[in-house]
Amino acid sequence: MIDIIFGHYNYWIVVVLMMAGFYTVISRGNLIKKIAGINIFQTSVFLLYISIGYVEKGTAPIIAEGYTVYSNPLPHVLILTAIVVGVATTALGLALVVRIKEAYGTIEEDEIHDQDMSL
Amino acid sequence: MIEQHLSLLLVVIPLIAAPVTAMLPGRRLPWLFTLSVTWVCLLLASWQLSVVMNGSVISYELGGWAPPWGIEYRIDAMNALVAFIVAAIAAVTLPYALRSVEKEIPEYQTSLFYAAILLCLVGLLGIVQTGDVFNLFVFLEISSLSSYVLIAMGKQRRALTAAYQYLIMGTIGATFLLIGIGLIYAETGTLNMLDLNQRLQPIMEHRTVHTGFAFIVVGIALKLALFPLHLWLPNAYTYSPSVISVFLAATATKVAVYIMLRMVFTVFSSSLVVLTSYMFLVLGIVGVILPSISAIFQTDAKRLLAYSSIAQISYMVLGMGFASVLGLTATLVHVFNHALMKGALFMAIGAIVYRVGSSRLENFQGLGRQMPWTFSAILIAGLSLIGIPGTAGFISKWYLVLAALEQQSWLITGVILLGSLLAVIYVWKIVEIMFFRPVPETVIEVREAPASLLIPTWVLVSANLFFGFNTELTVDVAGTAVRLLGVTAP
Repeated sequence: MIDIIFGHYNYWIVVVLMMAGFYTVISRGNLIKKIAGINIFQTSVFLLYISIGYVEKGTAPIIAEGYTVYSNPLPHVLILTAIVVGVATTALGLALVVRIKEAYGTIEEDEIHDQDMSL
Repeated sequence: MIEQHLSLLLVVIPLIAAPVTAMLPGRRLPWLFTLSVTWVCLLLASWQLSVVMNGSVISYELGGWAPPWGIEYRIDAMNALVAFIVAAIAAVTLPYALRSVEKEIPEYQTSLFYAAILLCLVGLLGIVQTGDVFNLFVFLEISSLSSYVLIAMGKQRRALTAAYQYLIMGTIGATFLLIGIGLIYAETGTLNMLDLNQRLQPIMEHRTVHTGFAFIVVGIALKLALFPLHLWLPNAYTYSPSVISVFLAATATKVAVYIMLRMVFTVFSSSLVVLTSYMFLVLGIVGVILPSISAIFQTDAKRLLAYSSIAQISYMVLGMGFASVLGLTATLVHVFNHALMKGALFMAIGAIVYRVGSSRLENFQGLGRQMPWTFSAILIAGLSLIGIPGTAGFISKWYLVLAALEQQSWLITGVILLGSLLAVIYVWKIVEIMFFRPVPETVIEVREAPASLLIPTWVLVSANLFFGFNTELTVDVAGTAVRLLGVTAP
């Protein structure tokens, strides 16, 4: 039991972050907060991948004398790509929020909804 | 020499062309360049299809790294068919784009707009070509990000909120896919689809694999707009520029159907398929009926077609749910035919928007007499949507009904027929308003749409009729593709 809780603490962090981010996206009406939620959600996935690549007592995957155990570099490389994708998504999302603010004068979801309905 | 690198060129050419387009000045030049790129892509895609049509497989190793370590592009009949659909729709949409974009997009954004279209094309073709699940995720994000941009270019301010909503839902979907891929990578240590298939077989009962599978299916279902995860789709199709409605409606969800087929049947392909088939059948049944009913009550033509798209996607999902040779053939044929009919319909509506400036049905009154060519295009494509014999829509419905009868599932046969009846109602609604209502007196004379909009529309309309009689390309290639998927269940 102790082992499940503490032995895999990185996965617990992933789960907590993932749910916190996901909940923020769903529950918040503020468009910027939604983007922040998406960010937390994605970051938890980055941590998940990095945890997968961890090898106990392994060093950075560089060939050098005296070291035989390396971390798996592939998940790290994958997640570099995913980070780039995440940055692009955030940038685009924030750009859209700026345009929405210019068009509607607000970034609260319910106020935008009211304006659309009143037309 | 070229044939050897065919599968990669299809992705690389538009990828290189996109930044070049972004730097071209004016309106005509970027359009002309994009047009030629899409036609080259269509040429390559047809070539690729002709190579693998007989059931052979092209395997391309990127950078000379042997799979499963390197990224492999693995092309069989299914990839080639979907790539052909995407390239063909792009090649038909681009001639249409010139006039429509002139009217809807400001000049200083034109070159960037075309660059985004090319990027979206890169993403869609890349998804189809690749044999590596992580590569697939990256291409999915390329196509999604560019389509968020394209949707936001719509004239009304609601285009922005539509794009934002799609961005949030789409990113959640893509991240779910990423989680799923991570989990199955943790179990198998590979990302190559065929290798995954081999390595997943002995560990199918592991809970991590089950979890990964669930994340992947839900993630793709979001992209697919599978009922009830379809909420982003109506707004995205309604408020985007006409060209983008055509392009996305005819390609984006089709490619998502392809991803679902690949993931469920190539990567997992075993006991788990049974679990999804019940889910697909139930969601398919509900998804055919409810969105069709919503479509009937819409007051905006583009939104009506968007709801109809959700219903049509549910037909494809029903085909997947049967998990039989006939069912999957029906799915693939419908992917092809639905691209034709929805492409034609959105183009015709776009032509009306070009003249009238609105896609609200109240502004369509009496247009049928003033725009006879556009109206008859809507009529024929609408008949195809319903599934009248002699049109492409009939072929796919026919195979779907055959698949349902094969499993003696009377309920689903009934649902498919009911869906067609509901389609009659919503297609009739457009026809009635356009043809049988008098022109309101306040409206000034409306001219027929320009030829550059009508010709692409009629190319797709004729394709609807052609593939209603000639099933060689669609059904035979789809049959080959399904055989290669290795579906053995009845």
